Amino acid sequence: MPGSETALLLARAQFAFTISFHFLFPAFSIGLASYLMVLEGLWLKTGKGVYANLYRYWLKIFAVAFGMGVVSGIVMSYQFGTNWSVYSDKAGPIIGPLMAYEVLTAFFLEAGFLGVMLFGINKVGRKLHFTATCAVALGTFISAFWILAVNSWMQTPTGYAINAAGQFVPANGWFDIIFNPSFPYRLVHTVIAAYLTTSLAVGGVGAWHLLKDKNNPGARVMFSMAMWMAALVAPVQIFAGDAHGLNTLKYQPQKVMAMEGHYQSHPGGAPLILFGLPDSPHQRVDDAIEIPKLSSLILKHSLNAPLAGLDTIPEDQRPPVFVIFWSFRIMVGLGFAILGLGLVSLLARLRKRLYAWSWLHRAAIAMGPAGFVAVIAGWVTTEVGRQPYTIYGLLRTDHSVSPLAAPAVGISLIAFVIVYFSVFATGTMYILRMMGKPPEAHEPTLDREGPLRSAGITPAAQGVQ
Amino acid sequence: MGFAIDLTIVWAFIIAFAIAAYVVMDGFDLGIGILFPTIDVGPERDMAMNSIAPVWDGNETWLVLGGGGLLAAFPLAYSIILPALYAPLIAMLLGLVFRGVAFEFRWRDPAHRKYWDMSFFLGSLIAAFAQGVTLGALLQGIHIAGRSYAGGWWDWLTPFSLLTGISLVVGYALLGACWLIAKTEGALQNYARRVARPLTLGLLAAIAAVSAYTPFLEGKYYKIWFSWPGILATAQMPVWVALTGLLLWLTIPRKRDYLPIVLTLCLFGLSMIGLAISIWPDVIPGRVSIWEAAAPHSSQVFMLVGAGLMVPIILAYTGWAYWVFRGKVGAEGYH
Repeated sequence: MPGSETALLLARAQFAFTISFHFLFPAFSIGLASYLMVLEGLWLKTGKGVYANLYRYWLKIFAVAFGMGVVSGIVMSYQFGTNWSVYSDKAGPIIGPLMAYEVLTAFFLEAGFLGVMLFGINKVGRKLHFTATCAVALGTFISAFWILAVNSWMQTPTGYAINAAGQFVPANGWFDIIFNPSFPYRLVHTVIAAYLTTSLAVGGVGAWHLLKDKNNPGARVMFSMAMWMAALVAPVQIFAGDAHGLNTLKYQPQKVMAMEGHYQSHPGGAPLILFGLPDSPHQRVDDAIEIPKLSSLILKHSLNAPLAGLDTIPEDQRPPVFVIFWSFRIMVGLGFAILGLGLVSLLARLRKRLYAWSWLHRAAIAMGPAGFVAVIAGWVTTEVGRQPYTIYGLLRTDHSVSPLAAPAVGISLIAFVIVYFSVFATGTMYILRMMGKPPEAHEPTLDREGPLRSAGITPAAQGVQ
Repeated sequence: MGFAIDLTIVWAFIIAFAIAAYVVMDGFDLGIGILFPTIDVGPERDMAMNSIAPVWDGNETWLVLGGGGLLAAFPLAYSIILPALYAPLIAMLLGLVFRGVAFEFRWRDPAHRKYWDMSFFLGSLIAAFAQGVTLGALLQGIHIAGRSYAGGWWDWLTPFSLLTGISLVVGYALLGACWLIAKTEGALQNYARRVARPLTLGLLAAIAAVSAYTPFLEGKYYKIWFSWPGILATAQMPVWVALTGLLLWLTIPRKRDYLPIVLTLCLFGLSMIGLAISIWPDVIPGRVSIWEAAAPHSSQVFMLVGAGLMVPIILAYTGWAYWVFRGKVGAEGYH
């Protein structure tokens, strides 16, 4: 039925659109909440006003980003039912409780303490306020834990049985479901990605202000902290990504075949295709630049290890190659660029030029959005790579969709596109505008106008310039 | 097994509690959004906004718990209701986007504040109206074939669902006005007192209209309300509603600032009891019972551990957050 084909395509487009947009905000707020926790902790420990000022500087930005994350997240919790009702019915007994745990242990925690974090700075003591900041940061992490457990179960389902109604139900306890094979790898890789994304954004902002005034104390501190993160965490991330990839090879081999562009099997060792244009109708990669045997070395740790290609997979079970091939390269390329930035910053530190080397600052500004791009590229790789399934190997995407009329899905998709681009683009503009202002010695808390009551909470700030 | 607790019933109560908590808590802050354009620009609007800014996010989380809890505890109901109410639910979500971002955006861009105030108003209005429509559409019955929704995508639109939509807008506006009476002083509080009285009349009329309409919808409602023992409730309900309404009318102008919102909550409570009598023991009224839609036992137990542990903790720190921001909102706000 062509009508339902269109509805399926539109439903997929809608989910891809709403989740990609949504994912940008948590990717930023997971890292930023932890950064705020570190800043406030340092302020409490050292009493240095520069930390309090940076806290308040980033708190305002956090408030806007978090608000957009909340409203785009509420949309996600209903997308499963509106557009993917068959999937919800079948997978509900497994994914439903995990998402309910996310609400109970994370969303309420974040929301409950966010009010105190944003507006309670003069209402509760410093320690209690710091507790609120920690609670929000912890909430963002717990939220990632549960939602990635859900996502990982869809990628590598374990611990289920199928009941008479065709629903997936727990077979032997929840541990097998939550700690499914890909979950630990995905959790580590994604949370580090969120930290790196935030540190690059913070580093870009610090660099921007260092270019204008290399003596701005706030800009110096944030740039230095961000570059430490890039230098120390990017190598960890590359290692974690590699481990995640090997895990994928084990449990979702056709995803890796598509990532590598391996249409054909290579019994005597597979080449690593650096770049090329995958051509699925002809089952080949055009204009490929490849290094012989390297793919086998990376994936199997042996030059001549055989690697199966998509020719071993029935045609109706293959993921789309072109998108995954390129999204994977974008992610990996940016990962190494981030590592490069971190290493150069170490060099600059050694030569005592960290705050004065304008080319490093320009590079950091250029890399400011790199984390967001890499996160989305990685997300596309793993999600498109799961196709044509919603629950890998068990429930096909075309059997998951709601019985909806195409116009209903089409109109709502258009509405989402218009609303998201106008509202979230405006919010992003506000964030960029706030980032464009240098961190001042007396950052107002969240004071939008009028005299600063916040000056009173940081007497130290007046001494430290 | 006579004493075994039926976890399906427990979960029905938990979901009902989450939805009731949502209606009560987000009700007043959506209500302030609905009243927003009628509040004077400047300090009074800022004060109205500040009175809910620290708590709105937590309030809205109950909506996520209602939706997520329904998926977890009654997956079949979730997968039928959401496609059936596609248009109003998408409208509600988009409305919540517009109003949610306004909390921050209006302060970030004073030059365009009036647009974000409008976005706050329209988003709140649409979300409230869509929630009311959703309730009406559920009550009037939806088409099901097998395990999925089988109706069209405009089925929800009837005079009855429009009536419930308008009713909820009026009810939320009254909650918002009563919240302002409790939390503010001066001109804004006086204004809230002025609008609360006509809104009280409006809500009483709406409750009467929905109550009179419901038994004549298709299905079992007539039987429930006009036969023994339902007739006991039928006979009493109008008395309780009228009494509460009268008390509310009398307390609005008085100095007891917290009484109006308590009485309005009583009106909401009575309405919810009425709804519960109509709907029980179904999860999709007249179509699917809670037992037919229930998740398997192991899912229910696993979640019950989480809910039993977390809901009291959530209520405790939510209560604490409200306590931190207790009392009147100052003129300068706490921004």
